[in-house]
Amino acid sequence: MNATSSCPSKPRVGLFVTCLVDVFRPTIGFAAVKLLEDAGCTVEVPAAQTCCGQPAYNSGDRIDARDLARQVIVAFEDFDYVVVPSGSCGGTIKRHYPHLFDGDPAWQTRAERLSAKTFELVSFLTDVLGVERVIARYPDTVTYHDSCSGLRELGIKLQPRRLLATVADLDLREMAESEVCCGFGGTFCVKYPELSNRMVSEKAAHIQASEAGTLLAGDLGCLLNMAGKLQREGAAIKVRHIAEVLAGMADGPAIGEPD
Amino acid sequence: MQVTSQSFKSNAGAALRDAALQRALKNLKAGFPGKRAAAIAKLPEFDQLRAAGRDLKNHVLEHLDFYLERFEAKVIEQGGQVHWARDAAEARQIVLDICRSVAARRVTKGKSMISEEIGLNEFLEAHSIQPVETDLGEYIIQLRHEHPSHIIAPAIHLNRDQVADAFHAHHGPYGFTERDENPRALMNEARQVLRQQFLSADVGITGANFCIAETGTTVIVTNEGNGDLTQILPRVHIALASIEKMVPTMEDVSTLTRLLTRSATGQEITVYTTFSSGPRRPDDLDGPEQFHVVLLDNGRSGMLGGEFQDMLRCIRCSACMNHCPVYGAIGGHAYGWVYPGPMGSVLTPQLVGIDAAGQLPNASTFCGRCEEVCPMHIPLPKMMRHWREREFERHLSPTGVRFGLGAWAFFAKRPKLYRVAAGFGAWLLRRLGGRKGRIERLPLAGGWTAWRDLPVPQGRTFQQQWAARQGARS
Repeated sequence: MNATSSCPSKPRVGLFVTCLVDVFRPTIGFAAVKLLEDAGCTVEVPAAQTCCGQPAYNSGDRIDARDLARQVIVAFEDFDYVVVPSGSCGGTIKRHYPHLFDGDPAWQTRAERLSAKTFELVSFLTDVLGVERVIARYPDTVTYHDSCSGLRELGIKLQPRRLLATVADLDLREMAESEVCCGFGGTFCVKYPELSNRMVSEKAAHIQASEAGTLLAGDLGCLLNMAGKLQREGAAIKVRHIAEVLAGMADGPAIGEPD
Repeated sequence: MQVTSQSFKSNAGAALRDAALQRALKNLKAGFPGKRAAAIAKLPEFDQLRAAGRDLKNHVLEHLDFYLERFEAKVIEQGGQVHWARDAAEARQIVLDICRSVAARRVTKGKSMISEEIGLNEFLEAHSIQPVETDLGEYIIQLRHEHPSHIIAPAIHLNRDQVADAFHAHHGPYGFTERDENPRALMNEARQVLRQQFLSADVGITGANFCIAETGTTVIVTNEGNGDLTQILPRVHIALASIEKMVPTMEDVSTLTRLLTRSATGQEITVYTTFSSGPRRPDDLDGPEQFHVVLLDNGRSGMLGGEFQDMLRCIRCSACMNHCPVYGAIGGHAYGWVYPGPMGSVLTPQLVGIDAAGQLPNASTFCGRCEEVCPMHIPLPKMMRHWREREFERHLSPTGVRFGLGAWAFFAKRPKLYRVAAGFGAWLLRRLGGRKGRIERLPLAGGWTAWRDLPVPQGRTFQQQWAARQGARS
C-alpha cells in the first residue's frame, strides 16, 4: 500500500509509544490514541516495541541502533501509518533509519517504506488526516516550545499552533527564542550536565518571561528537562505534552506535579 | 598551539563561571543572528544561492586536482610562486624561508585562520621575526597573548574595558599614556600604532577566502582595510590558503561571497573585497615585488572521497557557531584548538586526531541549528555523529557510557524482558518520588538531579495499562 498518496477511509495506525512516554507519562500515549481514534483511525500498539534506538545511534553505536531499527521495522511495517507522539523519535525513524542501512539494500528498502508512512502525531493529524480543529477546552495561557528534531527534521512549527488555536479558552503566548534547544539532547544532558543546565536555565527564563501558566511541547524528553528545571526553581508553571491538551485529557496532575 | 580539546568539560565549566566572558558572549548572541536573518530576509533567492554554492563546491572537490594545478599554472604565469605544504611544519618552514630570503625582521599580517592552524606567530617569533597582527580583533588578542575565540570575530570574548587595559599596557611607547574606553578613541589608537607597522614591514601575510583557478587570483573579504595595507605595502606578499579554497571562476566568487557575507556579518557585501593576481607589474602604481601562495593540505586531502568530504565546502562564515547554543554558552576557547563551534567540532578531530578531540563532536545536542543556517548545506550533526561512530568503533568512548549503552541495548532488544524492566523502573522511580511527584536527588543520576528535579512516572507503564485495557475489551 502506498501510504502517502491517499488516506484510507479508516486507516490502521501503529502507535509507536516511545520509551519515555511508556515509562514516565502513559497519559500522552492514551491522548494520542484518543486523537487518532477521534480522527477515524484504528489504533494498535504492537507489544514488540521498546525504543527507536536513538540513544545508540547518537552515541556512535551503529550496530545496536541497526538491531533496534530492524525490530521497529518488523513490528510496524504492516500498518498503513506509524504515528509517534515525539518529533525526536519520529525523526529518527523517518529521517535516519534509511541511512542506518547504507550498504544493505534489502533493509534499506524496508526502512524507506517505513519512513514514508511514519509521522509525528500532531503533523499526522493536520497534514495527513486534514484535522483542522479539536474539541477540547483548556482555560489557561500557554506557551509552546519547538523541540529541535520536530522543528528541523520534520518541519513542525505551525501545525501545533493551528490546533491549539481551536482549543476553547486557551490563550497562546509565544516565548522568546522558542526555537532554541532546551539542552536536553538525550544523553547530552547527563554527559555535559553543566552545559545542559545553562541551556535549560535560559529556556526556563524565557518560559517564565512569557507569563504563561502552562508550557507545552511535543517531546517528552524536552518536557521532563524543562519541567525539572522549572520545578527546581520553584516556578508554578504547569508542563504538559500538547497531546494531553488537544485530546482534552489535561485534568490530571501536570508533569512532575504531585497527585 | 597546544590542543586542549579533551579538557572540554572543564574548559566549558570555567567558561560558564567566567563573568567577563559571559558578559561578552551576550553581545554575540544579540548581534550576529539578527543581522544574518535581516540580510537573508532581503534576498528572496537565498535558498537557490545556497544550492548553487553547495553544487559549486561539490564540483570543485570532485575535480580538486585539476583546479589546484590550473591555479598554480596561472599564478606562475603572472610571475607569482606557489608552494605546496603537506602539513603545518612544512607551511611554517616555507613562510620562514621566504621571510629569510628578504632578510625580513617585521611581518604584518591580515586575518588568517590558516596562520593559526599552523601556529605561525610563535614560530616566527622563535626565529626572531616579529609578526604584527593588523586586524583589530587579532591585534587585541595578540597583545593579550591569546588565540582567536571565533573565526571571524577573534576577540568576541572580550569587553571594551579589557581592550582598554590591553592598549593601556602596550601603547605607552607610542605616546598613548591615558587609558581610554571610548571605542572610537581605541580604534584611533590602534590605527595610529598599526600605521607605523604597516610602513616598516618587510613581508605581508594574508589568508585567502578564495583562490580562483581561472585567473590565479587570491581573494580576501574584509572590513577594515588592513588586509590591503598588509599585502600592498611590503615588498613581499604571502597568501596562506588551504587547498579546498579553490573556485573555478570570478563569477563563482560572486556566488560564494553573496552567501558568505550575509551568513557571517549580515552584510550584503564587505567593505573590501580584494583580488590579488601576481606581483606588481611594471605599470602598476603599487603592489609587492613578490607574490607567494602557500597551499596547505594538513589532512584535508584525506577527507576527499570519505564521509567528511562535505566539510570541505565550508567557507568559514561562522554562522554555525553564531547560532550554536553550546558555543553561545561558553565561547570559542573552551573548544581547545583553532576552530571552535560546530564546524570546529567536525574539523578539529580530522586535523588533530579523534583521540585528541573526541570530546568536541560529543558536546552537541544535535539541535540542528548549525545545519539549518549553514550557507553551504553542510550536514554538521551528521558528521559529528560519524566521529562518534569512529570513536565507538575504536573503543575510545568512556567505559561507563559503553557499559550503560550495552546494558540498555540488551533489554531494548528483548521486548518481553524490557516490559518487565520498564514496569519495575516506573514503579521504583515512583516509590522514590513519594508524594511529591518528583525526585530531587537520585544516586547515579547526579548529572540530572544536580541541576533539576526528575519528574516521576505516573504509575504503571503505558504498555501495562494498554494490555489491561485490551484484555478488558476482549
